[in-house]
Amino acid sequence: MARLANWLRLAAMIAAAAITAAVSFPAAAGVDLPTLEKGKGEKCVEDTQYMRKNHMDLLKHHRDDTMRKGIRTTKHSLKKCIECHASEKSGSVAASKEDFCAACHSYVSVKLDCWDCHATKPGKSPQPKVGLAPLKAAVSPLLASSINGASK
Amino acid sequence: MNKPVDSKVDGRRGFLKAGAVVAGAAVAPGVLLYGVAHSRPPEEAASSDVRWGMLIDSAKCGDGCNDCVTACNEENGLSGANGPQDTQYIRKLDIKDLRNGRVHSLPMLCQHCENPPCVDVCPTGASMKRADGIVLVDRHICIGCRYCMMACPYKARSFVHETITDQNPEVPRGKGCVESCTFCVQRVDRDENPACVDACNANGHQAMVFGDMNDPESAISKALKSHASTEVRADLGLNTGVRYQGI
Repeated sequence: MARLANWLRLAAMIAAAAITAAVSFPAAAGVDLPTLEKGKGEKCVEDTQYMRKNHMDLLKHHRDDTMRKGIRTTKHSLKKCIECHASEKSGSVAASKEDFCAACHSYVSVKLDCWDCHATKPGKSPQPKVGLAPLKAAVSPLLASSINGASK
Repeated sequence: MNKPVDSKVDGRRGFLKAGAVVAGAAVAPGVLLYGVAHSRPPEEAASSDVRWGMLIDSAKCGDGCNDCVTACNEENGLSGANGPQDTQYIRKLDIKDLRNGRVHSLPMLCQHCENPPCVDVCPTGASMKRADGIVLVDRHICIGCRYCMMACPYKARSFVHETITDQNPEVPRGKGCVESCTFCVQRVDRDENPACVDACNANGHQAMVFGDMNDPESAISKALKSHASTEVRADLGLNTGVRYQGI
């Protein structure tokens, strides 16, 4: 009898705890996640889960390659990230709290100082050059030879 | 005496010329040079085989012309203000020889030294020289101490005192860092001239030549070979990447 009473008491406590929890965390089934504005991009250059975990390392690696060595591949470049992820509403990745970068970082209270220097909006892409005008003084020896040859 | 060498070179030229014509035949005539002249693919690092340099002819530099400065300001998102705390990557100087009254006008910018004092003194390694000779500031690790500004004999560097917004996406810059002329590295990396050089050519002065000083066939190398040129403060032995004619 005493054992039954113990069981009942335990069950009542669990029920009470469950009710309390349900009241204080109304969204216990799914915590509020950051809401993101839609960008123009269809698909990221890497898997989403991989990006969530590693984007900062990719960006940092690429930043050093570009800055110090002049490697300008576009796959992991911040500029290309911004071009795809800038929200359709604000045109930026960090203008409002729902924009792509700001949404998660404000959610987890991480302050980004990227935007102290970097633009948060995509710029005009440089025009592909056509014709002779942009030909620099430093033409390759190959070209220079062919010009010399042609002028003789 | 040089005949064997010449004939070899001619043979190679002929072959290359034929190759260039074949390559060019596939595309419109105007696009021919793009494919042939494009120097470095984006995935390849800058190489020390190249040394970017600039030759400025002060005799051709227009008195009162400021086009290079304006183009630089626009390309790099500078305000164009001339106050003591405003950034200038390039500025026009008028110099007068007091003994005979001769006046020069010339643009002064980062001289992209081979032995840059700004790199020597930087405590963090932010001030750096890229393999192809372009001297840059890595703002990611610049702490804004401004030693480099004191070390530079050309007064080429500026410090950003105020918060900046609406930067050019290709030219990130912000408060708390030192900055200077980058030879428009973003343009050079896609095989274009710096903005100042294009502006000077566009207005017909053609006082600035930009190119690879290591390539004997480049216009700048040929000009350096055939004309007397000066380094500013050559006594410091910095081997500058910017040379002047007529000063």
